[in-house]
Amino acid sequence: MAGVTNASGAVEASSYKTVFASLENFSKGGVELINDDPRHYAFSNMYEVASMSKPWEQVAVGKNMQYVLEVVRAEGESGWRTASHDQFAVSLDGEIEIEFYTHSAPVDASVEGSVALTADPDGQRMGRVVLNFGHQALLPANSAYRMKAGRASVVMIQTIAGADTKFRWAEICQTV
Amino acid sequence: MSIEASTPTSSTEPNAEGYRGFTLGQFSFRRDEYFAYISWPTGSHIMSVDAFLRAMQRDIAWDFFYGIVNFDGVFGTMNHYGTVDLFAGRYNDSYRKAELDYSENIDTPIIREQFKAILDDWTNATFDPFASPHETGPAFGVKNGSNVDAITRRRVAANRMVNLPGDEELRNDENGHPLNRMFKDVPQDEPIVEAEPGFENEIAGFNLFNYLARSQVTWNPSVVSVCKDSLFCPTTEEYILPIIHGNDRVEWFIQLSDEISWEVEDRDTGTMRSRVVMKAGDVCAMPADIRHQGYSPKRSMLLVWENGDPNLADMIASGQAPTYPADF
Ligand SMILES: [Fe+2]
Repeated sequence: MAGVTNASGAVEASSYKTVFASLENFSKGGVELINDDPRHYAFSNMYEVASMSKPWEQVAVGKNMQYVLEVVRAEGESGWRTASHDQFAVSLDGEIEIEFYTHSAPVDASVEGSVALTADPDGQRMGRVVLNFGHQALLPANSAYRMKAGRASVVMIQTIAGADTKFRWAEICQTV
Repeated sequence: MSIEASTPTSSTEPNAEGYRGFTLGQFSFRRDEYFAYISWPTGSHIMSVDAFLRAMQRDIAWDFFYGIVNFDGVFGTMNHYGTVDLFAGRYNDSYRKAELDYSENIDTPIIREQFKAILDDWTNATFDPFASPHETGPAFGVKNGSNVDAITRRRVAANRMVNLPGDEELRNDENGHPLNRMFKDVPQDEPIVEAEPGFENEIAGFNLFNYLARSQVTWNPSVVSVCKDSLFCPTTEEYILPIIHGNDRVEWFIQLSDEISWEVEDRDTGTMRSRVVMKAGDVCAMPADIRHQGYSPKRSMLLVWENGDPNLADMIASGQAPTYPADF
């Protein structure tokens, strides 16, 4: 157990284990109330939310005015989507391939959040990113993108609330 | 509250322990081997100089951050984004009831420069206020050199996303960011990124967890990605958050690894409201009317998610925007 003597003079452990979670293996903390309402904290767990979601549902786990943090259960192939602004995706479990194309049906700059494309993109191939656990990608404004995951995976998306953002606070958050 | 167009500042010659004293308006500051002493017209206060310098370092590095940076239950700053309130007892029920609280509103450049002067003079060569207690020598003792490199680290803030061309670089051994001793087991692989010619500025990615595992500092949120005013500000945490952060807006925590316990108090009075335990994958809002301090037994990865909208604090203070994140 005992390792090196560090800069402070204390002896540290010889190694440390970083605890991550996954769809298969997560444990939740929570709010221990003293004088408050748990709803004020909107406490949830992203893996639990993904475990209860259908593939590709965009469930808000965080909201700050118009901005949201969505959790997506990535499984199989998504539809093509686009947004008028940058978004960002982080893999929290599994390998997620994202393809990018230009297209000639950009959404108006006033539309926030991601929008489903009604047809395959008609433009040029922009490229491809394959995210593994802990990796983050840019989903650039106005691009068409599609995600694929060979098994049930979890993606966190930094975006703005849109027509397809699902709000299920009462189902996902600690209420007592 | 006194409003000074130009708050006077001064400093003294070094005392017996070798440290200069400072004034900022009617506040005065001095230190000895163990303690920082703060006084103002209606009272005085004492803090461990170790805790004082860790808090001062964050307040400077974040340019007074969002809302209130309480150094402890008595002393701190409230950001008005252009000016800063320097206060004693303002967010402490007992001081308020006794009418002993005191506050001065100071132009940001003036308080920023005097805080930097205090941090510079009082930080010894042995001490890095950004480091965890295991990674630094002591703050204590008589004046013993300085640690300019540690206290003037550049603030890392991506314009769009880390690792885009011209934006913040990845961290690696070569640029002085070795894997932290507590994150040796974090995967080091990078995503596959294939950008067609001409799309190198659009098709990009990076290993966020590897990036965090190579952070040299604790409790120091830095921007990795920007969606308009939505800012991902992840940070690595070990030991205790050196300040008690009082919110002027809703702030979100997303625990990416390991575990942090938060003590949550009423923002204005300091009375306890809850304890929050966050494990990997947990998401929790900090309402706009609380203050919080975190405890991380092992170095952990925390994504702090902020809304940097410059109008938000006023909207919440005036009741136009809610204190809580969602109604359900
Ligand atoms: Fe905070």
